[in-house]
Amino acid sequence: MGLTESIVQFDAVRKRYGSGPLVLDGINLTVTPGDFLTMIGPSGCGKSTVLKLVAGLNPASEGTLKVLGTTPKQARDRQAFIFQDATLLPWHTAQGNTELPLRLRGVPAATRRAQAGAMLALVGLDKVAGYFPRQLSGGMKMRVSIARALTLEPQLLLLDEPFGALDEMTRNRLNEELLTIRERSRFTAMFVTHSVSEAVFLSNRILVMAANPGRLHAEVKVDFAYPRRPDLRERPEFQAKVTEVSRLLYAVEDPGP
Amino acid sequence: MKKTRPWLLWTLPVISGALFVALWYGAKGVFNVSDWILPTPGEVAVAAWREHERLLRAAGNTMLGALAGFLLAGTLGFATALVLGVSRSLRAGLYPWLLVLQMTPVIVLTPIIVLWAGPGLPGIITVTWLISYFPIVANMTQGLLSTDMNHVALFRMANATRLQEMWLLRVPSAMPYYLAGLRIAATLAPIGAIFGEYMVGNSAGGSGGLGFLVYVYNTRIQIPALFATALTSCLLGFIFVAAVSLLNWVVLHQWHDSYERDDH
Repeated sequence: MGLTESIVQFDAVRKRYGSGPLVLDGINLTVTPGDFLTMIGPSGCGKSTVLKLVAGLNPASEGTLKVLGTTPKQARDRQAFIFQDATLLPWHTAQGNTELPLRLRGVPAATRRAQAGAMLALVGLDKVAGYFPRQLSGGMKMRVSIARALTLEPQLLLLDEPFGALDEMTRNRLNEELLTIRERSRFTAMFVTHSVSEAVFLSNRILVMAANPGRLHAEVKVDFAYPRRPDLRERPEFQAKVTEVSRLLYAVEDPGP
Repeated sequence: MKKTRPWLLWTLPVISGALFVALWYGAKGVFNVSDWILPTPGEVAVAAWREHERLLRAAGNTMLGALAGFLLAGTLGFATALVLGVSRSLRAGLYPWLLVLQMTPVIVLTPIIVLWAGPGLPGIITVTWLISYFPIVANMTQGLLSTDMNHVALFRMANATRLQEMWLLRVPSAMPYYLAGLRIAATLAPIGAIFGEYMVGNSAGGSGGLGFLVYVYNTRIQIPALFATALTSCLLGFIFVAAVSLLNWVVLHQWHDSYERDDH
């Protein structure tokens, strides 16, 4: 496969902050179009750092990293980042927050109102478009955050533990919604989580990472066909995958005192 | 926070005020204080009534100086904070000198101010500005530097320009800080104006402000009228603080957590 066909290409990438210890070491990774790739691993394994490198928020210290055929910074307008917390601007309504990326790009008001409205409808929030973030629940805020990320129709979506702070019911529902949205929007995703079952439910590839320094430990392919239904979670082959990933994760966890 | 019953919000201050007046009368009787040291509340009320035309006119004049100085401090403070917020080197270069300005007692500067701005209203406005400027700069600058790092990352990801980052992110998120600065300035501005009138001298076409009345009543030993002037000054301060509280509400009540309702 040629370089142009990969969405993200890491070649021997290392990362350290300033003169500190290595955060990432020897990262070789190719993300191909349509992948839903999830990184999972102990704290300090650098999984969030991988996303920040791809987003161009931090530069790689060594090695080469290509995103969408160019440098991470130049690829920014075709990718979107969803943060751990919803990072909504509290002085804007749900509608205003969803419009923000369009506004920063200079899209005329009428156009961005319509586009953002459609995105809010897609995540089921058109009825609360006029609400301010403090009036929304955690799950609703995260939906607005997703709608905001999708308004620019990114080819690559980076998600850094987006559902970590939510209760399990809401998290499961949002997992299902995310996959439903992906059926229409067709983005490639890089996802970071601490939840094994979330990783198995969402992804076609799971990277188990190890810490000190952060590195790739193993890759697990998840072959369940999309679209995936909630009842997938109850099937024995799903449980088997969860066990497989959990064992790998257990192997890289610090044994502790 | 526990909810306070609304009727208590106005009855409690009235009750404590009445107790204070009773205590005042009591202390006068017990310690036998003479009237020219501590007049009775009744005498103060009579003096306030007798002098009310002068007091109100003076309050109006003081209001003019205080408001002009406050608005000057509000706009210049905002602009200065923007400059300080833009670059680290400007901040490092200018902030110490702002502190120097703040550390210098205004009383020392007053003769220089009179020399430069002239006596009367220009001098009074300058004194007011000088006293209420720094809290606004300090608060707003802090606000501009306290922007949520994730929000900044969001703007960077969206390829926002520095100008967009400033106007659409840093300035709005600094608004609670700016308003906190304005609130402090609102309590300082009338004090600054009265002090200015006392130090710099007569203003507003010879009728003078409250600071000038203090001088007049003091030299004539009209002690109850002096107390009445103090009360009028208080009133002026309250008007200022109330106006800024209203502004605070207008800007923040929809989105800021400080206006979270109790019944939520």
